[in-house]
Amino acid sequence: MFTRRQALLGAAAAGVLAPVLTMPARATAPASEAEIAALPRRKVTLVAPPFVHAHEQVASTGPAVIEFTMPIVEKPMVIDEDGTMLQGMTFNGSIPGPLMVVHEGDYVELTLINPETNTMPHNIDFHAATGGLGGGALTLVNPGEQVKLRFKATRTGTFVYHCAPGGPMIPWHVVSGMHGTIMILPRDGLKNEKGEALAYDRIYYIGENEFYIPRDADGNFKTYESHGDSYADTLEVMKGLVPTHVVFNGAKGALTGDNAMTANVGETVLIVHSQANRDTRPHLIGGHGDYVWEQGKFANPPAKDLETWFIRGGSAGAALYTFRQPGIYAYVNHNLIEAVELGATAHFVVEGDWNDDLMKQVEAPGPIPLN
Amino acid sequence: MPTRFLDAAAFAAAVLLPLAASVLSPGSGDQTRAAEAVVQVPASEMDFPLPGEFLRNSRPAPSPMVRIEVPSFEIMRRQVGLAAYGECVAAGACEAADAPQTEADVPVTGVSWIDADAYARWYAGVTGEPWRLPTAEEMAIAAAERFAGEAFSVAADDPANPAVGWIRRYREEAGARRPPDPAPRPRGHYGPNSLGLEDFGGNVWEWTATCYDRTTLDPTGEGAEGMTRNCGVRVLEGRHRAFMSTFIRDGRSGGCAVGTPPENLGFRLVRDVRPSLVARLRAFFFPQSDPAARA
Repeated sequence: MFTRRQALLGAAAAGVLAPVLTMPARATAPASEAEIAALPRRKVTLVAPPFVHAHEQVASTGPAVIEFTMPIVEKPMVIDEDGTMLQGMTFNGSIPGPLMVVHEGDYVELTLINPETNTMPHNIDFHAATGGLGGGALTLVNPGEQVKLRFKATRTGTFVYHCAPGGPMIPWHVVSGMHGTIMILPRDGLKNEKGEALAYDRIYYIGENEFYIPRDADGNFKTYESHGDSYADTLEVMKGLVPTHVVFNGAKGALTGDNAMTANVGETVLIVHSQANRDTRPHLIGGHGDYVWEQGKFANPPAKDLETWFIRGGSAGAALYTFRQPGIYAYVNHNLIEAVELGATAHFVVEGDWNDDLMKQVEAPGPIPLN
Repeated sequence: MPTRFLDAAAFAAAVLLPLAASVLSPGSGDQTRAAEAVVQVPASEMDFPLPGEFLRNSRPAPSPMVRIEVPSFEIMRRQVGLAAYGECVAAGACEAADAPQTEADVPVTGVSWIDADAYARWYAGVTGEPWRLPTAEEMAIAAAERFAGEAFSVAADDPANPAVGWIRRYREEAGARRPPDPAPRPRGHYGPNSLGLEDFGGNVWEWTATCYDRTTLDPTGEGAEGMTRNCGVRVLEGRHRAFMSTFIRDGRSGGCAVGTPPENLGFRLVRDVRPSLVARLRAFFFPQSDPAARA
């Protein structure tokens, strides 16, 4: 039995509604296939988050076709220290899927592979792409198939991509791990509100996601043999809208301890933060956002000196910060219940010289003097 | 001589008979309760890292090592069991523990310091014996070669840069992480130490009576300039030392400085050694030599 929404989405996926949904082209004059074929091509090897593949901040060449390949990997994944198991679905094997970086005017050419070992059809919807449900209408692949999509990077910013195979499959695939981010840089790099160049020494990419793991009668998290087995129970938890886990990079503690992010005093770090499904509010404890593109779109001037920034569900933002003091920084979702109890905490280990001018313990804790 | 003999006989009548009676009829308690096996810990000395937090020259300082002397005491060979704790719950003197119910002979877990203290009071009452929670010093002596104490290394961190110590400790913590292993094991699973004390250092950390102190050391580090005592936080000993608020029942909810937080919180009890017959006789005949009798 189909709902109207499912029918619409299904029709759109089949291309029936594609002309209606297509946005007007933004580029002044569409390039011909011959012109695109004449562009240089570069192949990018993606890396797992929180790291980002090597890239130029200021493009040294004109537009190019940037080739990416992503296998879709369905696999059980441990999401907390108790060994709670998620029947995960991933782009490229990681939650979130890797950060892809290109420049405005480049063409993104993605080969999306759904290996035969998988059980479900998948696709990809790029919020950065124009038309065809962000590519979702053109990329639905069954196990044992692959597809190649090309889209033009017409708008700068950080954008979510996610799987959207239709109907209730959409949120389920997303909260099972199928989301990631693409960053489209201005060809001349990032700029402040005055148009002056901004640059980063390091970039980290945090994909926040929430999980809805069913519990048994005793309140313990259930483990399922397969994605199919987990579906009905998971959907019930999802519909309650109360996540059991809110984590960074696929698991509680994925970015702490030995996996904490690192930086040095004086270094400028760009932190890309995405949430494909639910609102969040990143905060760097003991630091700030010097320049923050809260909505993630670089055509807008960055906000300055933020304490906490808001990432709308279904979007990605970017914050630039220069570390001024050494120590352990917690980077959290500042709903602190989600940060501490549900898992949305990462750490930065920052080395360098302490600055007494910025902060000093004038008097150590001790008994209150009796006068 | 004859006088003395008579006095001794009177002593025997006065002291030994009640003693025998108490053996035959253990307090007001349930006659079916199996007596907890105890380990006799002789009067001992050890180098002991003081629990708490220490400041020296306004900077965090390593826990000072002090030579401690602990008089002889008796300690339960095993941690208090789930079933034994259940008797206290049934008697209305203890709150039910946050522990999975099982028929297995496992230690009670999911208990706060407040729970442990309530149990000690109840158990002392029903047995008529002075059972109490051990001090951290007693726990260390009884744990013997298994005693771990502080988990942090001692290093001369840059006094001008507090972050050096923070980062060192953070990395030690990360390095000491191990997969959690919370399922309580049957009592005895972790085996005895050299004194016969069982299961210390397993996956149950043990509450002590010792409060959390913050001490300001003098510049030499030899003496204290000041101290703040916070008995709302108590010391736990186990695989490493932990400090937790008295109402905490789940070790993973915080309070552990280094390594994986305590998987489980439990406890065992101690009692002061009943003076031997010889000691009692000596106290009777030479009361002036017995400090306790003078007090």
